[in-house]
Amino acid sequence: MLNTYQYPEFDYVQSEEQKSGTVKRHKAVIIGAGPIGLTTALDFAKQGIPVVILDDNNTVSIGSRAVCYAKRPLEIWDRLGVGERMIDKSVVWKVGKVFRDEELVYQFDLLPEDDHKIPAFINLQQYYLEEYMIDEAKKQYGDLIDFRWKSKTISLKNQGDHVALQIETPDGVYKMEADYVVACDGANSDTRKMLGLDFEGQFFQDRFLIADVVMKADFPAERWFWFNPPFHRNQSVLLHMQSDDVWRIDFQLGWDCDPEEEKKPENVIPRLKAMLGDDVEFELEWVSVYQFACRQLQDFKCGRVFIAGDAAHQVSPFGARGANTGVQDIDNLIWKLKLVMDGKAPEKLLESYSEERVFAAADNLLNSTRSTDFITPKSAVSKAFRDAVLDLASDYEFARPLVNSGRLSMPTPYIHSSLNTPDEDTFDGKMVPGTNCADAPVNVEGTEGWFLNHIADSRFKVLTFNTDPGFKKLDINGIPCDVIVVGKDMLDIKNRLKERYDAKDGTTYLLRPDQHVAARWRTFDQHKIETALKRATAQL
Amino acid sequence: MSLKTQANIERPDDFYQELIDLHRDLSEEQSRELNAKLILLLANHIGDMTVLSEAMNAAKKDIEAK
Ligand SMILES: Cc1cc2nc3c(=O)[nH]c(=O)nc-3n(C[C@H](O)[C@H](O)[C@H](O)COP(=O)(O)OP(=O)(O)OC[C@H]3O[C@@H](n4cnc5c(N)ncnc54)[C@H](O)[C@@H]3O)c2cc1C
Repeated sequence: MLNTYQYPEFDYVQSEEQKSGTVKRHKAVIIGAGPIGLTTALDFAKQGIPVVILDDNNTVSIGSRAVCYAKRPLEIWDRLGVGERMIDKSVVWKVGKVFRDEELVYQFDLLPEDDHKIPAFINLQQYYLEEYMIDEAKKQYGDLIDFRWKSKTISLKNQGDHVALQIETPDGVYKMEADYVVACDGANSDTRKMLGLDFEGQFFQDRFLIADVVMKADFPAERWFWFNPPFHRNQSVLLHMQSDDVWRIDFQLGWDCDPEEEKKPENVIPRLKAMLGDDVEFELEWVSVYQFACRQLQDFKCGRVFIAGDAAHQVSPFGARGANTGVQDIDNLIWKLKLVMDGKAPEKLLESYSEERVFAAADNLLNSTRSTDFITPKSAVSKAFRDAVLDLASDYEFARPLVNSGRLSMPTPYIHSSLNTPDEDTFDGKMVPGTNCADAPVNVEGTEGWFLNHIADSRFKVLTFNTDPGFKKLDINGIPCDVIVVGKDMLDIKNRLKERYDAKDGTTYLLRPDQHVAARWRTFDQHKIETALKRATAQL
Repeated sequence: MSLKTQANIERPDDFYQELIDLHRDLSEEQSRELNAKLILLLANHIGDMTVLSEAMNAAKKDIEAK
C-alpha cells in the first residue's frame, strides 16, 4: 500500500490457556498495542512484571497518523531503551514558520536549551515508532511480554479483587482474569464503553484532509503553517517533513465538504500541485480525512482498570498532543502499580494516577482548544480578532505571540499533586515539586553521559549537592532509595545541574521513579526525606 | 479595582470625535476589523492582565444586565 514502508505482520498464535480451556489469572493485562499500549508493555517489563498485551489487529498503525514527538515522551522512550533509535530515524526540527496569503508573518525557533540529550521535537511516522517498540519488546523481554495479536477484548468486568475479561480470537472466545488492566484501546475504546464511562467534550465542525507524499523537495526541515494561502483559499494548511522523503500535508476542509469525494486522488492531486508547483514530482502515499474532538474522562481509574492514551483523552492534533501526552500517562502509572503490587505502597497511591493525569489532560485539552479556536474561528467576531492578530503580526512584534498555529506539547507539572512535599526553603528556577527533571551532562565513574540516564531505573533517588551523608542507600518501609552525591558520585561537568536545580552546597532533592521532583530542601535531612518519600507513595 | 474608572482623557470631545470619524464610511465588517485591531493594540499597551480582565468584565456587565 505504501511505497516507503512495508507493514510487518505479526503471527497470531493461539494461547495455551485458550487451547487448554483454563482460566488464568495474570498480573497485568494491556488492551491495545498502539503507541501507548506498547509503552506500557515496555515499562512493565522493565520493572520485571510479566504482562499480556492484547490487540484486535496484527500490525502497526495503518496509514499516516502521528508525526511529531516532543522532548518529554522521547525521554521516557529513552528510559525504556527505544528513544535513540527513534531519534536516529527521525527528522529533527526546531523552526516553525507561519504564513498568511503569500507572506511570512511570524517565525519561531523552539530554541532548545543546550546540554540536553533529547531534542525539542522530532518527526517520525507512527508506524516506525510502534515497530521499534515491538522490536525492543521481543529482543529484550521475550519472556515477560506476551503479545496476543488478533485478540479482541469483548467484555470486561471489575470483580472486587480482579478483573474478568473475555477475548475473541480466530479460534473463538476465551476467558481470562487480571489483577490489573491498563486500557489503551484508543479513541473509540471498547473498554470505556464496557465500563459505562462518560466521555464528554466538544466535537469540532471541521474536517481535515491529510496527505502523505513522497518527494525529493528542497523545503527545509521546518514546520510551515499557512492561513488562507493562495493554493487553498479561506482555509489553513500545514506542511511537515518526515523520514524517507515523506512529507505530511494537512488541508483544512471546512464542514460542508464530502469526505469521500475529497479523498479521491483526482481531487487531492490538483490541490497538491497547486501547493507544490507544477515542476515538483511527488507520489501520493496516503490520504485520509478526519474530524476531531476535544474530550476526556473525569477519572482515569475505574476499579482495577486504568484508562490511558486516546481512550482517556482525545485532543485536536494542533500542537502534536495525542501520543505525546499518552506516553506520560504510562510514565506516571507503572511505578505506582509496581509498588502496590509488591505490597510496598497502599492502593491509595493508584488514585494519584488519575489525580495527576486528569489534571495534565485538562491542561493539554485547554491548549489544544485554544489553538483550535484560533485556527478555525467559530464566529464572525472570533474570526475578526484572529484576522486582526494576523494583520498586526506582520508590522508589530507584540501581535506575534498571539498567533496560535498550535502550541507545541509541553509536559504539565503536577504542581497541586497530593504526592508533593511543598517547599519550606526558597528556590529559584523551574524544578518545583511535581515537575519533570531537567537533563544535564554529567560524568559518572569517568564516563560522560546524561543525568536522566542515571535516574532511569524506576527507583527513588536522593540527589544531594556536595554533601556526603555517608551512605549510598536508604530503605524506607521496604522502598529502596539511592543517594547520588553531586561532586562525588556524579560530576556536574558543565554546571548545568547546579544551574537548573538552583543548587547550593547541601541542596537535596527527592526524585520519583518517573523522574519528577517530589521534594527539595537546602540541607540533607534524613527524617525529612523519609517523610517526603512516604508522602510521595501515599503512605501519609 | 486597578482599572481606572474616573475620567482620564484630557479632551473627551476630541477623543470621541476621532473615534467616530475613524469608522466613517466603513462597512460593518470593516468596522469590526478596525475595532478588533484597536482593542488588541490598546490591550497590549495596558499589558496588565488584572486591568484587562476588569475592563472585559466591566464591558460585559452592562450587556448582560440589559
Ligand atoms: C492525523 C493525525 C495526526 C496526529 N499527529 C500526532 C502527532 O503529531 N503527535 C502526537 O503525539 N499524536 C498525534 N496524533 C494522535 C496519535 O495518533 C494518537 O494519540 C495515538 O495513536 C494514541 O495512541 P493509543 O495507543 O492511545 O491508541 P491507538 O493508537 O488508537 O491504539 C489503540 C490500539 O488498540 C487496539 N484495540 C482497539 N479496540 C480493541 C479491543 N477491543 N481489543 C483489543 N485491541 C483493541 C487497536 O487495534 C489499536 O492497535 C495524531 C492523530 C491523527 C489522526
